[in-house]
Amino acid sequence: MAAANQPLDASIPPDEIAERRWGELIIEGVIRVAGISSIVIIALIFLFLLREGLPAFLDIPLRQLFGTRWYPIEEMFGLLPLLVGSLIVTVGAVAISLPLGLTTAIYLGEIAPPWLREILKPIIEVLAGIPSIVLGFLGWIALAPLIQNLGAPTGLTAFTGSLILAYMSLPTIISIAEDALYAVPKEYRDGALAIGATQWQAIWRVVLPAARPGLMIAVMLGIGRAIGETMAVMMVTGNAANIPSLGSGIFFQPVRTMTATIAAEMGEVAQGSLHYSTLFAIGIVLFLISFAINALAGRLVGVEGLRRSRGGML
Amino acid sequence: MTNKIEVRDFNFYYGEFHALKGLNLAIREHAITALIGPSGCGKSTFLRCLNRMNDTIRGTRAQGEVLLDGANIYAPAVDVVELRQQVGMVFQRPNPFPQSIYDNVAFGPRVVGMAARGAELDRIVQESLEGAALWDEVKHRLRDHALDLNPGQQQRLCIARTIAVKPQVILMDEPCSALDPVATLRVEDLMRRLAAEYTIVIVTHNMQQAARASDYTGFFWLGELVEFNATETLFSTPSKPLTEAYITGRRG
Repeated sequence: MAAANQPLDASIPPDEIAERRWGELIIEGVIRVAGISSIVIIALIFLFLLREGLPAFLDIPLRQLFGTRWYPIEEMFGLLPLLVGSLIVTVGAVAISLPLGLTTAIYLGEIAPPWLREILKPIIEVLAGIPSIVLGFLGWIALAPLIQNLGAPTGLTAFTGSLILAYMSLPTIISIAEDALYAVPKEYRDGALAIGATQWQAIWRVVLPAARPGLMIAVMLGIGRAIGETMAVMMVTGNAANIPSLGSGIFFQPVRTMTATIAAEMGEVAQGSLHYSTLFAIGIVLFLISFAINALAGRLVGVEGLRRSRGGML
Repeated sequence: MTNKIEVRDFNFYYGEFHALKGLNLAIREHAITALIGPSGCGKSTFLRCLNRMNDTIRGTRAQGEVLLDGANIYAPAVDVVELRQQVGMVFQRPNPFPQSIYDNVAFGPRVVGMAARGAELDRIVQESLEGAALWDEVKHRLRDHALDLNPGQQQRLCIARTIAVKPQVILMDEPCSALDPVATLRVEDLMRRLAAEYTIVIVTHNMQQAARASDYTGFFWLGELVEFNATETLFSTPSKPLTEAYITGRRG
């Protein structure tokens, strides 16, 4: 190199150096604004919810607010039936979609021949794009009669909602879980096989534990999708704000979820009324739940977990 | 010394590509056999044929016989899982599982059903780590994460993991290429000691390593075995001009 022994050119005035870096500064600024604005927006949403919903927490005694009766016309705002409704539908959906989604992801990522995966994966991802209202419609005309024929008092039940929601969250779970499995280095599988492990032992004892953080994220996003969904569940769960009686039939009774309640009643309330702010209070509860799920996911996965499962090798 | 592995008229194909051509050789028991040759000459492919790891690659095909103690490992009735318990493998890059040191070594005994837990498993883990010259460094931190070890320790952990299932043959695919010189020498010392109990086949890029650490050496070139002989003979008086050109650095 000819310039190797030349000292740094100190004759360039500082502002000219700064000028050269303008491009850098602009890009950095844009990125920073984008990053901060998403935080600001979330904060604003929460503040807005709080402003509209807080009166409900202040004016309704807590005992009543978390009571078992939701009769807004009689000024009875008990959120419990709605909470229970959301819980039952979500638990049902997760119970269906989790085993199905994870096994499908394992099949796609570990067992299926490449040509089959090339066909299946795009199809599964297209499923994620089906509008929820279409699925709700399908549930209404196809699934509900089926379930009624099976002996339920009505076809519009929590279970119907769970099925539709499970179907909706499957593409998310499968796609992310498969990515997580794909990110596990091939060397781990080879290492297990070379000791004399069977393919299943290699998957179960090495690949799945190594992919655990990614699989957790898949599950959490699936749950998030299920608990926040509105249209489809509103159409198929029967919308009765009752706490279903315990027992084996718990999944086969009509329920109403928190999201469906907001969507169904928001159009009819007088702005500023107690009913109005109670609906926002439901929004706050939903917000807190999804916040808690995200926080839980973060705790379960952890930075350490990610480092070890992905970049851990040498 | 008896022959542990005999290879007869062995051919191997990746799809249409003829990767190994008509190989014939015998690998002696309790000896270290080194396979050398330039990149892409087929030495690693051949190594992976000895425990049928190439079965995991789609579109590959083997032809001919590989006899382990006289029995063809490519016979239809052979269970590859069982075969790999007898013919273990250590890879180029250390690949400990992202689990604790203990669980890495215990993996094999657990999956092959030697011991599930308890004192028996503890004993196997300790013996394997001692066998891999790693015990003194890790005996107080068996529950630590394996990826917290340095690369040399990780590779010895992989060796411990392999010998934990008591194989008869250990295949090593450039086991030192990711290690520094000190760690490399430790692994070579270890190989020498392991050879008393196991038959070792090692692929290496490094001709000094082959010369100082092996008993027999095979030289591969474009999928063919050019020359196979006692290491001393092959390096001092190679019989083929191509071998001589390669080991003196004129071809490669």
